Amino acid sequence: MTDTVTSTPTPAPTPPPTKSRPGGSRLAGVLRLREFPVALALIVLVLVTYAANPLFLSPQGTKDLLLNATIMIILGVGQALVIITRNVDLSVGSILGLVAFGTGSLFANVPGIPIIAVFAIGLAFGAILGAINGLLVTLARVPALVITLGTLYIYRGLNNAWAGGTQYFADDRPDAFGALSVDTILGFPLITLLAVLVVVVVAIVMAGTRSGRDLYAIGSDPDAAKLFGIPVGRRVFIAFAVNGVLAGLAGVLYASRFNSVGATTGTGLELDVVAAAVVGGVAIFGGSGSVVGAAIGALLLTTITSALTALRVDKFWQQAIVGVLILAAIIIDRVASIRTARRLRLSEARDV
Amino acid sequence: MSDTKHTEMVEPTATSAVSADTTKTLRDEPRGRTGWARILLGRDAIMIYLLIATIVIAMISIPRFASPVTVGFLLLDVIPVLLIAMPMTLIIITGEIDLSVASIAGLTSALMGVLWQAGWDIGVVLALGLVVGVLAGAFNGFLVAVVGLPSLAVTIGTLALFRGLALVVIGDNAVANFPPELTAFFTSKIGATGIPTVMIGVLIIVVAFGVILHFTPFGRGLYALGFSTEAARFVGIHVARSKFWLYVASGGVSALAGIYWTLRYSSARSDNASGLELAVIAAVLLGGVSIFGGKGSIPGVVAGVLLIGTINYALRLGRVSDVVLIIVTGTLLIASVVAPSILDAVKRRRHDRRVRRELPQAQPSGSVSA
Repeated sequence: MTDTVTSTPTPAPTPPPTKSRPGGSRLAGVLRLREFPVALALIVLVLVTYAANPLFLSPQGTKDLLLNATIMIILGVGQALVIITRNVDLSVGSILGLVAFGTGSLFANVPGIPIIAVFAIGLAFGAILGAINGLLVTLARVPALVITLGTLYIYRGLNNAWAGGTQYFADDRPDAFGALSVDTILGFPLITLLAVLVVVVVAIVMAGTRSGRDLYAIGSDPDAAKLFGIPVGRRVFIAFAVNGVLAGLAGVLYASRFNSVGATTGTGLELDVVAAAVVGGVAIFGGSGSVVGAAIGALLLTTITSALTALRVDKFWQQAIVGVLILAAIIIDRVASIRTARRLRLSEARDV
Repeated sequence: MSDTKHTEMVEPTATSAVSADTTKTLRDEPRGRTGWARILLGRDAIMIYLLIATIVIAMISIPRFASPVTVGFLLLDVIPVLLIAMPMTLIIITGEIDLSVASIAGLTSALMGVLWQAGWDIGVVLALGLVVGVLAGAFNGFLVAVVGLPSLAVTIGTLALFRGLALVVIGDNAVANFPPELTAFFTSKIGATGIPTVMIGVLIIVVAFGVILHFTPFGRGLYALGFSTEAARFVGIHVARSKFWLYVASGGVSALAGIYWTLRYSSARSDNASGLELAVIAAVLLGGVSIFGGKGSIPGVVAGVLLIGTINYALRLGRVSDVVLIIVTGTLLIASVVAPSILDAVKRRRHDRRVRRELPQAQPSGSVSA
């Protein structure tokens, strides 16, 4: 995008209001990244907290920070996929709950089941739940907000019916499974590395493959995408299914990370996840943003909690600050898009 | 509804049809319903029949359902959802949404608790609670209508912000010692009917919103807004102003729901009414309001709210586990949106087939674009 602007050799008769760019085009490019504000906020937050309380970045502190963020990062990546196609999935909290409880009951009722099998079953379970969302959205052509609000209730109800008052605790699960969220490599917990792997893989798919780019096209303008020959229904369906898989993965990891899983596991997560994606620069009406941004957004939101504790700020302020952050993210996004629109208009005017 | 649109559009072009034009209305095809048929067979009417059927079935099959006690508790339970559903209906009709309603109710509740404990007069406490709700709504309205940000994202933000402020105000505390005569009033019934006294106020609000939506130019303008903001602007509707006041109304009514919640349960806590926003939206959508905007009615929404309330109450009386009930809510919601869309698809296919039969094939005449 920047190249097209800088390569116009004719000296502009009316100097553009934006600063001249030749030297700093790369820096300007970085500054204009959608992920930039949230990444900057995260860095500032971590540095300020560290300056005030060095224990914040001790090995144990860092590990807690990453562990807390892991599940949110995975959910945020999945949600970003769906939001980029101009849809939304509110049922992720319920999917996570169902899969987490399923994981607990597998370990409790099938002694000696290999951990890898549990992962496979959990992912498949999540895929099925996500595919149901996808089918309802694409076949019935009903807005995803309504469908997934419905499945939020249905999946939660199924979880309640299945679990009743039962809870499964970490004692029922093999030590190796719990160790996933205890053991570290170079200070990174294993499940966090898994989350990073997810982010990298999905980011590459979104940036470099045809189907990934199609998702952006669908979110920018569904009708145009259809005219262009993109199989809109199939792509949206796959986005929902993949989101289900990731929510399933988050569910299995939840069972590894936390002691108990029961009927209410994951309740109310959905809006936090959407918030993480929005804070990370994923536009709520689709077409722009990246999974890396969503992951950073998730990391930022979970880091705030720990940072406020470390800074001895009253913990009650935490949620209000999250709210302000979300609003700030939306406003920054709007300002940026107005700027882009103006710049495009100017450069087009000059080319003519 | 779509039938009527077609009849207006395609009459004069019928002679120059080149290929099978699927937007054309055929002579023997049923037109849009008019008069009584439209009222008695419409979406709202179906919701009301469903509601009546549910009540009758519950009265027959569940012992102890048909009693004033039922009426009382059922209504007391649905009042918060019913209240907030009113402004929510108007907002969704304009194509926007407000997810922060439950947080506004929670913030009102928290503030009431703190002020009351600090020894303020209860009248002032109630008034300030309402003012805070209105201000919170105005904040939403400013961001959505004036700044022009997407309401879904904005109200997710204020959902967290207002709930967070509630936490800041009252923290972990709970205030319970509200004046007993006031809390008694909020659970009192009108004579032996079992109808809660506060229903009178709720009814006034429901009727007021019904009149505003269905019988004023402002209300008709909201439908236009939901169909097309651009077109609404061209016909002279103040888009930003309308939306702004809707959010203010939403904040005010949410505050009323918060006051009701606090005094009915005689408890001011930061997490009061949390999660209510999704229940309200589910009820509104079940009541026939289109999430795309431009479609919906107050009677339908009232029926939707009462339907969910009745089913939940009946199943609870019938010893169905409380937590499983939300499956019913979810299924109803999905069925209510998927069923019309399937019906539409069937109707369209039948229409297309009929068109093809009547206009056998494209006649390659040269008189196109004369």
